[in-house]
Order: sequence, then structure tokens, then C-alpha cells
Amino acid sequence: MQVTQKARVAREGTEVGRDATRKEGAAKLRGEARYVDDVRLPNMIFGVTVRSQVPRGRLCGLTFPQDAGIPWEEFVVVTAADIPGRNAVPLLVDDQPFLAFNIVAHREEPLCLLAHANRALLERARDAVIAHIEPLPAVLTLDEALSGNEIISGSNNDLKSILMEKGDVEGAFSKAGSDPSLTLVEGSYETEAQEQLYIETNGMIASADASTGDVTVQGSMQCPYYIHGALMAAFGFQPGAEDSRARVIQCETGGGFGGKEEYPSLLAVHAALLARKAGRPVKMIYDRGEDMAATTKRHPSRTKHRTLVDGDGKLVAMDVEFWLDGGAYATLSAVVLSRGSLHASGPYECPNVRIRSRALATSHPPHGAFRGFGAPQSLFAIERHMDVVAKACALTPQELRQRNVLRRGSTTASGQKIKEDVALDVLMRMAHEDIRFDERAREYAAHNASPAGLRTRKGLGAATFFHGAGFTGSGEKNLASVAAVDIAPCGSLRILVASTEMGQGAHTILAQMAADAADTEVDAAFVATPDTAHVPDSGPTVASRTTMIVGGLVEKAARALRAELDAGGFLSAGTHADADSFRKAALAAAAQRNVAPEALRQECQYVPPSGLIWDDKTYRGDAYPTFAWACYAAAVSVDLLTYEVTVEAFSAVQDIGKVINPLFAAGQVEGGVVQAIGYALSEKVAWKNGVMSNARLTNYIIPTALDVPRISVRFFEHPKGTPEAQTPKGIGELPMDGVAPALAGALEDALGVSFTRIPILPEDIFQALQAKGNTP
Amino acid sequence: MNNTLKFRVNGDDVEVAVPPMARLLDVLRETLGLTGTKEGCGEGECGACSVLVDGVLVNSCLVPVAQVQGGEVLTIEGVALHGAGAGAGAAATPPALHPIQSAFLQCGGAQCGICTPGMVMATVAFLQDSQKGTVTEESIREALSGNLCRCTGYVKIVDAVLAASQGAKP
Repeated sequence: MQVTQKARVAREGTEVGRDATRKEGAAKLRGEARYVDDVRLPNMIFGVTVRSQVPRGRLCGLTFPQDAGIPWEEFVVVTAADIPGRNAVPLLVDDQPFLAFNIVAHREEPLCLLAHANRALLERARDAVIAHIEPLPAVLTLDEALSGNEIISGSNNDLKSILMEKGDVEGAFSKAGSDPSLTLVEGSYETEAQEQLYIETNGMIASADASTGDVTVQGSMQCPYYIHGALMAAFGFQPGAEDSRARVIQCETGGGFGGKEEYPSLLAVHAALLARKAGRPVKMIYDRGEDMAATTKRHPSRTKHRTLVDGDGKLVAMDVEFWLDGGAYATLSAVVLSRGSLHASGPYECPNVRIRSRALATSHPPHGAFRGFGAPQSLFAIERHMDVVAKACALTPQELRQRNVLRRGSTTASGQKIKEDVALDVLMRMAHEDIRFDERAREYAAHNASPAGLRTRKGLGAATFFHGAGFTGSGEKNLASVAAVDIAPCGSLRILVASTEMGQGAHTILAQMAADAADTEVDAAFVATPDTAHVPDSGPTVASRTTMIVGGLVEKAARALRAELDAGGFLSAGTHADADSFRKAALAAAAQRNVAPEALRQECQYVPPSGLIWDDKTYRGDAYPTFAWACYAAAVSVDLLTYEVTVEAFSAVQDIGKVINPLFAAGQVEGGVVQAIGYALSEKVAWKNGVMSNARLTNYIIPTALDVPRISVRFFEHPKGTPEAQTPKGIGELPMDGVAPALAGALEDALGVSFTRIPILPEDIFQALQAKGNTP
Repeated sequence: MNNTLKFRVNGDDVEVAVPPMARLLDVLRETLGLTGTKEGCGEGECGACSVLVDGVLVNSCLVPVAQVQGGEVLTIEGVALHGAGAGAGAAATPPALHPIQSAFLQCGGAQCGICTPGMVMATVAFLQDSQKGTVTEESIREALSGNLCRCTGYVKIVDAVLAASQGAKP
């Protein structure tokens, strides 16, 4: 037994830790991977959505004008009256109708659906529908929502509010005036909306069984079971008894970033309603403009910080107010607010903290999930604020951070005691070395003072941050995810999970983890297509949870299946099986038991680790099972003629625990950093009358290959054998968090003006310099 | 309204009866069933629909099909077939990946994959026009700047093109 254990340990990481080749990579490279718009079903027609065009009002009726030259009798038309079940998208709060029936709450609100075989005619028909809407006053900004002049949600426009308290903030601030060693620093910070801009727009194909009315939907998505739940509600199917009447299948998905977390539920139900009424499959694919204007975006935010710091540069008290523009419906705003609040005091220890947060309803199309989920907003604020605090204390930003970062044994704002080894000071040093911070600082100072400094100015900035891994608080416990493995007809280990591949590499990474757990090669393991008819509910593909949570369940199930093969004598325990041997053994086991290979199934359900305590009411306790930690550093150059910013170098150093696939992990960081460079420097959602007026790639500017440098990525490695080295912590969202504050800090360093709002466009730099007398 | 147009796609003669102003993208995807070419924006900004027409990289969403009459179109489906790495062509097995495709796979240049066909086509166009040994990271970034990717941050794509440029010239 001892020998077996040792042998297992010795071989641990045969597949994990290796750059396994992307499972679906060749199909993608050949153009053979099937995305929803590549699927054509027999007899299929097309569907479109007729939208409000008014930011808020009362829907009095729809007219399909006979003089418009549209053969309406040929069209399938679906309105709210056609919904057999509940007309509400099931989410945290069931406030959003699938189709408006009374109040129109935003300008892109779906009013009715049309289907026809001719797409050109369909577009003309969509334009021809007349919606009779009595306008109501709209709430178009966060300030209007805060003012309460027009109440559109609850008693004060709050979709959700949170209060977090640690220590005695009021008591600490009351000493501010009398104790000369204390410095009070205040600041206000803003972030604007951001569009996910996956390159594949949202799309679904639905079909319905003519005799039973059962519906099947396939499309682009992150969360098959969210859509399943939406179909069950909309069609009035009985949960449990009638689960099989709605089926959801994921197609290859061309990026998600949160934008395909909750929104696809709406689109899937739309397509299914049309398909059932038409008696034919219906395909709905948004064009880019519709996708950008109508679907969810990152919540705009405002954060106010009031901070007390002592003579040693130690934080004494932090008072934070954090506001999000939630848009017209609650969607996921409550949990976005939660994650934002839990990151609002940054990776710093402070004895007295108060965080007061509100997600407010406005008349914007609902904001929703986007990589980082509230944390990029609140971390922008705290990291910018820490730079301001440092200046007030006459410390360098690095010194201030080093004096206050969380360490093992520290207590966070929610009262969570950090029980893991935190190496933030090492990460800071690594990032500084990697970008040659001190050397560049000297070069840049010389440059800025030289004649060349009249043309360009250069600067450096850095941000230190963390990201809570997995769902917040009791999220995982409540979800109780299930993952399974079985044996495919070919003998390979088949992983059955609802976790979707959307580019992040989940289906390769889960196969690597399963292969190691079953002590075989990655070639002998694969993830089945997420299809609610065949896979258990392993939860949504969000919150950087797939590798950490679902991966852990898959490992356990694969280990159990391997143990069964070992116990039956088909493989010998502790012996690595190559792919062929594994397949033969698995098929032999099935044959001997006279069952189909898929009967060799093992399931595993999530059990919360012991010792984690969380109280949703008081917002106290262990907010996350673990955290990823990072320090990012940026070097920028600003053209003083055009105010164009060039990111000259960017270094991303992080501790994400165990790295499953280094190539993929680096790819996640590089992609996240570049997406966040866009967030900070170019991506501006221009609101006009409650809707995005620049809903096009022509004037919503995301970074191209020319706009960004080669991102330098480094992973901190804990000593082998420590728990920190063995736990994967998730990597999807972290890179979104620290880029904007690092860049804003670098711009301040270059120009001598403070930027407290993103995005920072050339015109913002121009204005800031003008206000300062046009000189950096 | 429909005209019969003749051109070649991936080496095969095709004849389609479509409106002459139909987008080449739609003719490829819908009339010819070549769905490897993707639509990302429909206005020539993202490059997901990139194909080669007579060896020149174009956004097929901006090209009326009449313009390719008599011409030669290369799409992602034709890259492996016509690449240096093409296999012997046993009907049952797909041809080996083109060296550019292999480089993308090995370097991690494809994530969600929706921009990938366009990226590969842009790379084919770039490398066929480049002298071996002259390819730099900067020239690659310039060459691919018409193709948007939201997943990779471009690093691994640049790595893939560099690797491909050092291999056999396609």
C-alpha cells in the first residue's frame, strides 16, 4: 500500500502541468468546428426580435400595418400572450419578462418576435411593426437613479444594497481631527460600461416536437442549465417530472466573457417560442449592432473612498461607498455588487472597514456578467486610491502597499482569516524586476526632461490585487454541483459536465485532470458535448470556478472509476496506463459485466470544505475558499501632439496556485490583460437616450495586435508539496482586475495629472492637460 | 435577378446562381456550404471573414460576389489541402494541417476559434508575400492588425506566425 501511494505521488502531474494540445484545436483551425450559425436544420427558418426604441414607457399595443407591403400572413408572430408558462427570466429576481407585456423598461426591450424563411423580408417586417408606447420618464444616469426623483425599482431604485462592517469606522474617523499623526485621504473613482465583444455574436437554433411540444435549443452559451431552467419556466414544464421536455445543447462557442452567462436564456426562449409556433426549426442570430446594443455589458460604477492612514503608512480606517448602474432589470447585479464589495478594500489589511454598496436601477438595457464581475470596478478604485494615499503619506506606491498587504493570518474586510501563504510582496518584486521598473524609471525621467520629452512623455504604474476564487460565500454550497465520468464506446474516459468550452480551454484542462486522476494519458479522456439530456448540472461556466470546483469533482469521479478498473483486475493499481491499455481495460470491464461501457459511470457531488463559514445576512465570514494574487506593472508613452497612449511594456505576475496547462494559463492572462487595456484606454460606450449609440466595431474600439505590446506573464510557484502548490485557484477573471489602475497610475506618472475615471481616451488626456495649463 | 457566376473555390470550379451583389461571405457559407469563413461584424472591421481572392486578402463581407467572377478564392477549408503539409490525400483521413495551422495549434494561437480561420488566412497572405528571414514581430502585428481577436491578447498568435515563418514557406 505504501509503495502504491509513493508511485502515485511520483507520477502526479504526468498530464497536469503540461501544455496539452487543445482538444478541439484542429477542428477550429480547419474551419470545421460547428458554431451555431454554421448549423442548418431541414426546413429551418429565421427569427428576429422587435424592440422598444423607447427607453421607458407603457406598451399599449402593436400594429402590423397592412399598407407596409409586408405579407404578414406568411409570418410567425410571437407576443407575450403566446408564452404558455411564466413570462419571467428565472434568475436571482424574476423581474425581467421574456417579452414585454405592460411596462417597457429599456430601449432594447423585446416586444415581439417574427419568423420567416426570407431574411431580407424579415428585416423589412421588423422595421414595419409599429409599437404604441406611452413614454414614461426614464432614468438615464447613475446620478438620476441616486436622486430618487423617478423611482423605477423598489422604494429608492436599489436593486440590491450591501453593508459590510469590520471594527469601528466611525470611532476611528472621530479621532482624525485630534491626532496629528493621522492623515485623511478622500477620492472618487468611476468606471464606465464595457462590451464583452466576443467575436461570435449571440445565436440560438430551436426546434419543437410537433406532437409533444417538447423543445430543443442549441447555440452559443456558457450555462446550459440556466437556459434549461428558462425553457422550463417559459413553457410551464414541471421541474423534475418534465425535465426532459426541454433540452439544451452547446454549440462551439466563440467567446463568452460573461456575456453568454445569463443573456442566452432570453434568446433561447425567444427562438423556442417561435419554433413551437412555427412548427419548424428557427434560427436567431444577432448581428453585431443588435448584440452590442441589446445584450448585457459590464456595470458602470462609482466608488468613494475615505481613508485614514497613520504616520507609519498603515491603514487605520477605510470607508467605502460603491455604486453600480444595474440597468433596467436585476439580472445578476446583486452578485456582481457582492463580488465588487468583497474586493473594494483591496488586498490590504485594515482594522476598521465599512463598505456600503448599492446596485441601482436605471433605464439602460440590463448590465450583467463580465469577466471580473464587479471586482475590476472596485479594484480600479482602491488601487487608484492607494496611489493617492501614498502621495499623501510621501511614500512610494510600492512602499505603501508593502506595509499593508494581506498576509497569512491577516483578516479581510469580511472578517475572513487568510489561512494560505500569501506572497504579494514577492509578486510585487517580481513584477518590478520583470518590467525593469527602477531602470525604466531613470530612463523615463531622463527622457521626460530631455527635448524628446516635449513630444512624448513616459511613465510607470503598478497595481496589486486579488481575486476570490469560485463563487462568493455559500454559492457553491447552494449549487451542490455534480460531475460524472463514464466510458465512451471507444473505451475512452468520457467527462460529463455542463461546463462549456468557450476558448478558455476547459475541455482540454478537465481531460488533463481526469487523465491524471485515472492514471492514464490525456488522449484517453475527453469532455462530452454539454447537452442537458446527457450531462449532470455541474453549474454555470463562470466565476473562474471550472478548473477549481468542477475539475476537483471530475478528478474524484475519474479516480473512482480507475479504482473500479483496478479492483476488477483490469488494470493494476499504481500502474500508469497508456491510452490504448486504458481503453482496452475499460471495454473489457464493461464486457465482463455484460453492460454498455457508459454503465461504468461515476458521479461526484460538491461537498463544501469544512471550516468555511459565511453569513449572507451580515456579509461576514469566509467569502471565498481561496484567492488568486497578482501584481501588474505597466509602462506607457503619451504622444503630446495626438494624446495617443502607447503601452510600451506590460508585466503580469500572479499566484494562481497549481497551473494545469501553462500555455493556456498564459493565454488567459494575455487575453485578459489586452481586454482590460481596452477597458482602460479605448473602449467607450457612448450612451444616447438610454442606449449604446456606438454599437459597431467601427467606433467601439477594441485593441488590435498593433495596439498592444507583448504581455509578459509570470506565475509564482509555491514550494513543491505545499497546499498552495497543489490547489488550482482559477485564472479566467483575475487578469481583468489590475490592468486599468496600473495604466492610470502610469499615465499619472507620465503627465502629472491624476486620472480617476476610465476609459481614458486621448480627448480625456487633452482635457486633463488643458485644465492643468497644457503642460505635463 | 440571379446571375450565373463562375469562379474557383479551393481549386474547384463552382457555378452559382445568386444576385451579383450578394456578399461573397454569404455565397461561401450558404450557397456553397463552406461555413469555415465566419462573420464577426459585417462591416469589414474584424477580419473573421477573411479569404484570399486571386491571392489577395479580402474581407468577404465587403466583396460582392460579382467581383470574383472568373477568379480564384481560397478559404480556410482549402488551406490544408493546398498547403505544403498536405497529406497523400487518402479520402477517409483529413489532410494534415498546413504548417501555419500546426503552428497555431502548437503555440496556443487558437482559443475560442471564431477569429481563427480569418487569422490563418491573413497569415497565409502575409507569409506568401514575405521573404523568409524578414518576418519580425512588428511586421506580423502590422499584417494581422485587420483581424480582431478577443481571447488571446495576440501573443500566441504572433508566436504561431513567427514559428510558421521559420518553417517551410507555404
